[in-house]
Amino acid sequence: MDLPVNESSSRVAAGGGTGGCSARPGQIGGLTDAIRARIEDHPCYSEDAHHHFARMHVAVAPACNIQCHYCNRKYDCANESRPGVVSEVLTPDQAVCKTLAVATRIPQMSVLGIAGPGDPLANPERTFETFRQLAQKAPDIKLCVSTNGLMLPRHVEDLCRYHIDHVTITINCVDPDVGARIHPWIFWQNRRVRGRQAAAILVEQQQLGLEMLSARGILVKVNSVLIPGVNDAHLPEVSRIVKAKGAFLHNVMPLIARPEHGTFYGVMGQRSPQPAELQAVQDACSGDMNMMRHCRQCRADAVGLLGEDRGAEFTLDRIETMDIDYEAAMVVRREVRAEIAARLAAKRARGPTPAVSPAVSRANPQVVHFHPRATKPAAPAGRPVLMAVAARSGLVAGHFGHAREFLIYEGSAAGCRLIGHRRVEPYCAGAESCGEAESVLARTIELLVDCEVLLCARIGYEPWGQLAAAGIQPNGEHAMQAVEEAVMAVWQQMLAAGKLTVARTGARRA
Amino acid sequence: MAFTIVASCINCWACVPLCPNQAIQAEQPHFVIKAERCTECVGDFAAAQCASICPIEGAIIDDLGKALNPPGSLTGVLPERWALAQAEIAAR
Repeated sequence: MDLPVNESSSRVAAGGGTGGCSARPGQIGGLTDAIRARIEDHPCYSEDAHHHFARMHVAVAPACNIQCHYCNRKYDCANESRPGVVSEVLTPDQAVCKTLAVATRIPQMSVLGIAGPGDPLANPERTFETFRQLAQKAPDIKLCVSTNGLMLPRHVEDLCRYHIDHVTITINCVDPDVGARIHPWIFWQNRRVRGRQAAAILVEQQQLGLEMLSARGILVKVNSVLIPGVNDAHLPEVSRIVKAKGAFLHNVMPLIARPEHGTFYGVMGQRSPQPAELQAVQDACSGDMNMMRHCRQCRADAVGLLGEDRGAEFTLDRIETMDIDYEAAMVVRREVRAEIAARLAAKRARGPTPAVSPAVSRANPQVVHFHPRATKPAAPAGRPVLMAVAARSGLVAGHFGHAREFLIYEGSAAGCRLIGHRRVEPYCAGAESCGEAESVLARTIELLVDCEVLLCARIGYEPWGQLAAAGIQPNGEHAMQAVEEAVMAVWQQMLAAGKLTVARTGARRA
Repeated sequence: MAFTIVASCINCWACVPLCPNQAIQAEQPHFVIKAERCTECVGDFAAAQCASICPIEGAIIDDLGKALNPPGSLTGVLPERWALAQAEIAAR
């Protein structure tokens, strides 16, 4: 397919949430320069930003007004990382203190969100008091909120008043019959409403809220929890409808359900989706809109870069002992931000990593025109390859044994794109767990079994051998190189070696 | 005539602003209903407000000790199923 656009215009259109790496035609969507500018330092909205900018959530909103089958408020656990879980609920004053402390210690922290552990808009006084103080005391921090949407129409004006520029709505369905299998009840107009009737009200309020926010120019991301057998077939329709109503990004997240969470789905044995199922649904949705692939489903009190949680450094008793000079911190924060912005701009200027050499690039129809295939055949299209990457700040930088997560990228003739991430236990977790290293490695291999390559900065002899034996080729040759460039370089190498016109070899069955 | 909050309360605040009599107080280890102020919402609402938003089964009881939200009524997980799941977890 030859696109009627040249490279530079496609880069501008793709520059925002999906970044240069994932500038596939289907994902470019309608991101304008103006939107890109609004999200370029927001790690949850921009894939590029998430390598560099940190976020934090303050848990000021304990009350909730709906029940979801993937949530049970009774079984929060401090050691877990999943939405709705927190260590301590804060008052607005404590939350403001904590935010200023984190912003001082982590200058690349650009975004403060309120996401629970209940629903922010079911706690409007606590939520808006926090925003009011922060808008005043920390004008350089972006404020955002994540809601189930039930009370959204009522609070759109408040959101505008405090300049909340980004809102995430969790929309799992647009069909009340599907909704009744996800949300057993809501609290609405002073009573508990159940079943289909409850789901119908929830859907109606979510859609109304989305329309109202779009009309006011507030950026809306939609989160959907993928629940196999419940809403998997329904989500492409959700994607199409929310995009039509103005949402600019759709984040399909896998259900997290285990019996020990005490949730309906966990106890009843509802399974979570496999990575390939998640990817298939995301791809089915992406024909219609920008998809988010880098979500880490973080806790309602998470602190730090996505994928890391530094919350333990900022407990209330620790904050009390910290000196905070926010005026001085703002100067440092401005410098750090400018430095990151320059790095991202340089990356954008380099453009998307080409899949094939420029002379045969399909993205440049003029070149193709002057070099007809008869004289210069295009490179044979190889099959896509999944690669697991131990990444840091957008570079191939991690030691295999220390990695807590791998980013999964797909290299293909269309370029490189982020598919998702997989959380793992570090292989070298220290002496006390060394006896477990073997089983940890086996579990990691199981999780990465669909990947053909593992890119990291360093890897030990033992895991190298086992990964290779499982058909996952470790590769440490691209240390400190940008992830997209490394992925495409390896893909090119595999293509040149003739490995991509034949099926994958040596893969162990999952 | 008054409801009581018991130990399984998770202190989530949801009930506090809804009470027409400001009878609910945030206390440790869990929130409490001041019995002298609680009217069980009679005359104000068709359904008791605290019990209508409370997410925890069994956390609010009436004069007779009966749960306003009995086991299984909010999560859909019946006690026998929950017991089964816990046995499976323990057996791992």
